[in-house]
Amino acid sequence: MKIAVCVKQVPDSWAEKKMGSDGRLDRASADAVLNDLDEYAVEEALKLVEAHSPTNEAGEGSGHSITIISMGPERASEAVRKALSMGADDAIVITDEGLAGSDALATSLVLAAAIKKGAYDVVICGTESTDARMSVVPAMLAERLGYAQLTFAGSVMLEGSAISIARQTEFGVEQMSAPFPVVISVVEKINEPRYPSFKGIMAAKKKVIATKSLADFGISAQSAWSVVKDSAIRPPRGACVKVTDEGDGGNQLVTFLRERRLV
Amino acid sequence: MSTVLILVDHVGGVVPPAVGELATFGKRMGDVTAVICSSKSADLIPQLSAFAISKVIVCDGVEFEKFSVGATVQALSAVVTQVNPSAVLISSTARGKEIAGRLAVRSNSGLITDAIDIDANCVATQSVFGGSATVHSTVSHGTPIVTIRSNSIEIEAGSGAPIVEHVAVTFDGSDKATVTSVEPALKGGRPELTEASIVVSGGRGTDGNFAPVEEFADLLGAAVGASRAATDAGWYPHSHQVGQTGKTVSPQLYVACGISGAIQHRAGMQTSKTIVVVNKDPEAPIFEVADFGVVGDLFNVLPQASGALKLD
Ligand SMILES: Cc1cc2nc3c(=O)[nH]c(=O)nc-3n(C[C@H](O)[C@H](O)[C@H](O)COP(=O)(O)OP(=O)(O)OC[C@H]3O[C@@H](n4cnc5c(N)ncnc54)[C@H](O)[C@@H]3O)c2cc1C
Ligand SMILES: Nc1ncnc2c1ncn2[C@@H]1O[C@H](COP(=O)(O)O)[C@@H](O)[C@H]1O
Repeated sequence: MKIAVCVKQVPDSWAEKKMGSDGRLDRASADAVLNDLDEYAVEEALKLVEAHSPTNEAGEGSGHSITIISMGPERASEAVRKALSMGADDAIVITDEGLAGSDALATSLVLAAAIKKGAYDVVICGTESTDARMSVVPAMLAERLGYAQLTFAGSVMLEGSAISIARQTEFGVEQMSAPFPVVISVVEKINEPRYPSFKGIMAAKKKVIATKSLADFGISAQSAWSVVKDSAIRPPRGACVKVTDEGDGGNQLVTFLRERRLV
Repeated sequence: MSTVLILVDHVGGVVPPAVGELATFGKRMGDVTAVICSSKSADLIPQLSAFAISKVIVCDGVEFEKFSVGATVQALSAVVTQVNPSAVLISSTARGKEIAGRLAVRSNSGLITDAIDIDANCVATQSVFGGSATVHSTVSHGTPIVTIRSNSIEIEAGSGAPIVEHVAVTFDGSDKATVTSVEPALKGGRPELTEASIVVSGGRGTDGNFAPVEEFADLLGAAVGASRAATDAGWYPHSHQVGQTGKTVSPQLYVACGISGAIQHRAGMQTSKTIVVVNKDPEAPIFEVADFGVVGDLFNVLPQASGALKLD
């Protein structure tokens, strides 16, 4: 089984974010980390391999492979290194000047080209990148590749060369399955991502990260199908009226709601 | 006049109010045609008269019964090709966004997700970074496909029954996933979280006792939400989690009780119109986004507030 895990490097969600003059996120202003929701995708890939490996371990001798794929600026390799130190085998980073300002359509086009070239059986994604927050790249990959879409998985099971999942959305839970090749996205309740061990971190230093450009996949740059006209930091809310409960807090709360005509 | 397509995505044969919002936004840009992809269209069509919709296109098929994203995308994309609309509007649910994303790929069109407003020229407003910034965007390629968050606009009433047209869909076999069972989300007596105009949420501060939160919510006719600390502890179902990995809500009033206001929680509630907080700790970050806050114990403040409401 050949697995690809798509991970994105994102600005730290805890960091304050600034907008650049082009109306897009100023990425240089925030620390960059591995999208935390993608750690669940890496973990699930490792668990799938470990459960079906004669050595009970991922890596050489497991009979399976896990390749990390990431599109982004050159320093995306830092986030990729973390995924490798968790136990993935190797990585592809697609970086190209033509990709600055990419939207989900462009991202999925490029990732799909890399996935097609590697002929992976199983592609695993997070459900959302904490910066873009679109939750559309996995579905777009399924559409572009003609792979079955098994997204928002709360559990993943491998039987032979078919995958079944429990899809969890606001509509409820659906049990679904499909034969390879499939695109999976995993929700954050699915597992507990491991911390890279010292051994893992050392081993990751020797693992191969192949850097590719658009030309390597024979595609030309189209960075976005939509344009940002303008953006503005939202004015802060008017100062919070803060009262300390001295036996009357609940009544004051209701008085506020009445003044605002909310009750 | 140009046509705007809106998708009627539904659970259990009930048209959600979010469809009325899509119609209201759509009417700013042109005549609204609603698309139903369902085997239950007979139940759905009469409900659409409540909204500003002039025409309904119905794609019938048992394929739709299994909630497959792929089947809906195939049908909707056939309708888009036939109608050539000036825009397609879809609700910003997990499923709605996936349908929109695949449709965008299929029609080589631009996509904007989670819009909170859209004007007559199809300029969409989004609220990003947990509500701390506002962005205006337009689609530069193909048919604009825009997903819209619920609770963004007051619904305009309809003025009569729409014309109904049935369209036959041929499925191209591209949907390779099989759905073996469907378990619809349980609907309690309270309003749906993402549709409610008031949400009262509880966090770790409830210490597992949601009774005061629920009582206050019921008196306000509100939905009940929870922080991840509360859902992880098993105090409240995960489907009620508000935040980055839960639901995004944008009600008229959000009341956060015993919730500290971590960035992941704020990402799901910060665009609420009015935010009220009850928290013991005057330094809790949730006060930074609040309009009104009581520093106090929720087990004293909420029962008193409920008592005051009961006097009405
Ligand atoms: C990848 C990831 C995704 C996440 N997604 C989400 C998400 O979707 N939603 C979410 O909510 N969190 C999410 N989190 C978790 C988030 O970081 C916080 O841990 C969580 O929101 C904390 O919940 P809380 O505010 O209830 O608990 P705490 O942070 O422990 O706060 C409890 C608050 O209750 C107050 N309190 C205690 N007792 C009382 C009392 N008797 N009366 C009044 N106040 C009292 C305390 O002063 C404190 O401020 C996510 C985290 C990660 C890493
Ligand atoms: N630039 C990227 N490189 C690799 N994977 C990505 C990238 N962008 C998004 N993804 C994957 O798609 C998922 C959903 O992202 P999004 O649609 O941006 O919210 C993420 O959790 C990743 O697994």
